[in-house]
Amino acid sequence: MLTLPVSEVDPFSPEVLEDPLPFQRQLREAGPVVHLSSCDAYALGRYEQVHAVLRDWQGFQSAAGVGLSNFRWEKPWRPPSLLLEADPPHHDAPRAVLEKVLGPRALRKLHQAWFADAEGLVDEVLAEREFDAITRLAQAFPLRVFPDAVGIPVEGRENLLPYGDHLFNAFGPHNDLVARGTEGIGALSTWVDAQCARDVLSGNGFGAAIWAAADRGDITGEQAPLVVRSLLSAGVDTTVHGLAAVLYAFATHPDQWQRLRADPALAKVAFDEAVRWESPVQTFFRTATADVEIAGVTVPEGKKVLMFLGAANRDPRRWHDPDVFDLARDPSGHVGFGMGLHQCVGQHVARLEASALLTALAKRVDRIEIAGPAKRHHNNTLRAWESLPLRVRLA
Amino acid sequence: MGDLIDLVVTEKSAVAHGVTALTLRHPEGRRLPDWSPGAHLDLVLPNGMVRQYSLCGDRWDSGSYRVAVLREPSGRGGSAFVHDRLRCGDRMAASAPRNNFRLAPAPSYLFIAGGIGITPLLPMIHQAALLGVGWHLLYGGRNLGSMAFRDELAGHGDRVTVVPQDELGLLDLPAHLPPPGPDTQIYCCGPAPLLEALQRLTAGYPAGQVRTERFVPAAETSAARDEPFEVELRRTGVTVVVTPRQSVLDAINAVGATVLSSCRQGTCGTCETAVIEGRPEHRDSILDDSERAAADCLFPCVSRSGSGRLVLDA
Repeated sequence: MLTLPVSEVDPFSPEVLEDPLPFQRQLREAGPVVHLSSCDAYALGRYEQVHAVLRDWQGFQSAAGVGLSNFRWEKPWRPPSLLLEADPPHHDAPRAVLEKVLGPRALRKLHQAWFADAEGLVDEVLAEREFDAITRLAQAFPLRVFPDAVGIPVEGRENLLPYGDHLFNAFGPHNDLVARGTEGIGALSTWVDAQCARDVLSGNGFGAAIWAAADRGDITGEQAPLVVRSLLSAGVDTTVHGLAAVLYAFATHPDQWQRLRADPALAKVAFDEAVRWESPVQTFFRTATADVEIAGVTVPEGKKVLMFLGAANRDPRRWHDPDVFDLARDPSGHVGFGMGLHQCVGQHVARLEASALLTALAKRVDRIEIAGPAKRHHNNTLRAWESLPLRVRLA
Repeated sequence: MGDLIDLVVTEKSAVAHGVTALTLRHPEGRRLPDWSPGAHLDLVLPNGMVRQYSLCGDRWDSGSYRVAVLREPSGRGGSAFVHDRLRCGDRMAASAPRNNFRLAPAPSYLFIAGGIGITPLLPMIHQAALLGVGWHLLYGGRNLGSMAFRDELAGHGDRVTVVPQDELGLLDLPAHLPPPGPDTQIYCCGPAPLLEALQRLTAGYPAGQVRTERFVPAAETSAARDEPFEVELRRTGVTVVVTPRQSVLDAINAVGATVLSSCRQGTCGTCETAVIEGRPEHRDSILDDSERAAADCLFPCVSRSGSGRLVLDA
């Protein structure tokens, strides 16, 4: 009989959110499964178990919520997502539709426009040699291309980031971060829901493509707005923090920047390596559908399992020198986008945005460095930056 | 082969006259790639023939696949091999499951099966029952003895209409078809005359209300290639030889031209690589038939060459 290690650390405390790496190391070393007394969840910090549980939708459901809140007996704060918070069979049709709408082939028609857009943005930003990479690049670029690609109106787009921030906070416990967002969330949700209606969306975007799928009977007319909502929920903050991660990585690894400049085709690999290294989405929960065994530990039915994607992505059992950001590494197989049938359906969109921005920067910038104190943004799920002052030298 | 799923036959049983069901598992009991109702597998039989079979098992059992094989006396030997030669313990390989016949959400369903066409519909029926939506199965066959899975369907009472042709004639489609409209979707799998009759009767129905799957003639599925082939990586300026036991992805990465990947099962799409020359043999579950025919990209974690040399943008 294995004894289950117990941790009393609150992984959602300001100290851990500021720098989760020491806690993640302790978690991995304590054992494959660790009971977290702060939230009565079974925590996984090693790659092998995180990878296995991500794929095992039969044993670990999403429909009871992928946050700490257990939808079996707690009311969700918004109608559950048809993608993220659903299991087969309900998950099948919305997922199949969105996979096609956001698939690599569907994105080809955006390629040229987004690369041109990135060059335009980079030209504007490089008018100054010092700037905040979070607002000027990491937020500015996705906000410039993604809402247009979905097809929502220009007015009100400032609501997207605070909505996403609260959504990702709400996967954690009811701490101060959640309390702070609760007041304004009603108005934000109303705005987001309104953008999902057929007549609000422009004729040639992802949103219209989702409604066209409803017209073909591939999903129902009731499902269509919720599938559009998934784009607006999960498609902005995550990309912002992914881009921030790769910019921070290059600012702190000048040799790797030179490597990218020498071979711009490495942009996609660089982005995935940054997603592995920083893990913009740090955690997700699942709920055991029966008494399920993980590495010899029985997780009782209905209990929450907390997967630390960030810890798995730096597990030395899986990765050589995991703390090193290295473009020579093959980051394939990281769990920063999840794995299995819930794996990030927008990952190709994120990679395209990142390739466009990095390619534009690599053309013009010879050197990137940190220009002042960088400040983390705390979120219960996301590893994020409030501010990242950069100084650049032009090529 | 490196890019295919290894499977072993763990059960073989006759489920009707001329129909054999196989249960397949990974030799080490590993989890198998996910599938959904309507999906099929390309099975590489131990004699090298490749045949497509619909999955008709339980997707909640992540460790097994079930297929049912009709003996086709006029076929080229794939079904005869399964019936006469294949044994429990025999190994074979399969591509990732692929689905061109997806079950979409609807208030109710009419399922129409002709003979062995019951196989893709069986998991759809389980799913409709699980969801508690209305459904009816119209199941035709030459005679009762040839109609598989009647025992599994028996518990559904009068939701199932079984029509053996020798006793009751052909399926009376007009009597069972719902009116055009969003209330009932129709899913039909069976021989060509059945599909053609249905198409004639539903010509004016709205798009998406009638969904059919035609059996793929054996002649259209290619044989598994078991010889090495060359892949030229145009950007890297290197040509590699891909051996039968190696995926194209592994061969590419072995020469240092990193192609990013993730699922390694042909489902996530991360490793998409543009094809400059050559004809890929697609084994992913991402591309639909028209995209496959375009032959302008492949997913090297599972897909291979169908024509000797491939030139890739890598």
